[in-house]
Amino acid sequence: MTQTLSDQPFVVAGRPFSSRLLVGTGKYQDFDETAAAIDASGAEIVTFAVRRTNLGQDASAPNLLDVISPQRYTLLPNTAGCYTAKDAVRTCKLARELLDGHNLVKLEVLGDDTTLYPNVVETLKAAEALLADGFDVMVYTSDDPIVAKELERLGCCAIMPLGSLIGSGHGLQNPHNTRLIVEQAEVPVLVDAGIGTASDAAMAMELGCDAVLMNTAIAHARQPVLMAQAMKQAVEAGRQAYLAGRMPRRQSADPSSPFAGRING
Amino acid sequence: MQIQLNGESKPLDGEVTIQQLLESLGLAGRRIAVEVNEEIVPRSIHAETRLAEGDRVEIVHAIGGG
Repeated sequence: MTQTLSDQPFVVAGRPFSSRLLVGTGKYQDFDETAAAIDASGAEIVTFAVRRTNLGQDASAPNLLDVISPQRYTLLPNTAGCYTAKDAVRTCKLARELLDGHNLVKLEVLGDDTTLYPNVVETLKAAEALLADGFDVMVYTSDDPIVAKELERLGCCAIMPLGSLIGSGHGLQNPHNTRLIVEQAEVPVLVDAGIGTASDAAMAMELGCDAVLMNTAIAHARQPVLMAQAMKQAVEAGRQAYLAGRMPRRQSADPSSPFAGRING
Repeated sequence: MQIQLNGESKPLDGEVTIQQLLESLGLAGRRIAVEVNEEIVPRSIHAETRLAEGDRVEIVHAIGGG
């Protein structure tokens, strides 16, 4: 008998999505690879960065938004590279203008360029300013449950603790904190940063995260398109395992085949 | 007249609107956003917004990021 999978859509800022994998667009070799990997990932929400236009270059060269169409994807501009609340707020306003009023943003305010660890003091300030200005804020933060709760209290629409350092591929270094954040949250929780391979993504979902956001794990795989497919399946498998509920752990073995009726019995 | 364009000095010939600046850069109609002195200048008023001496102009676009 096939049991029908009944899952709710992933809802963020009132918008429903069927994919629980969010992907970035950085570090790909070219736009063709970007488009193919993102297509294979099944992601519906796609992040990008805002940077100064290269003046003097061929203005007719393709633009990321020609490849990752705002008609097909929900675009999620980030504030990567911002170290102050002020710069992050400016970047979000530029992104809103770039996307004709689209107000969903990924806020990240970084502490230093060695760890890219979130500066939570500046992040809280930026979140407050952005929320007052009508933005829907998905926020990258540390795995501190108290900070996570405060960001939720301010009104952020998704809390996105790191699994480990951005681009490190070290997976979930503190799954207990991730679980604490998941258990207390009333808004979606996503692991953002640190995913290295498919099992990391599955683990985040098994912990009860609502979704996972990644970039480097796909873009820097030897075969990005194949890894994008793997991540899609890992997120789905992890989600289904979470919904199914894992078996209890036991200290001793428990045979799967019955003792009764053994020929040596 | 001089402005700061994306962090670099740029001389302009007389009064120029943002729309004219974008046209001269080949960026008219492209997916970009413009900020002058840290304030967004909406696309709808590029044609009527004149630049002034010393204005700090940022023109940004979307690039790959995570």
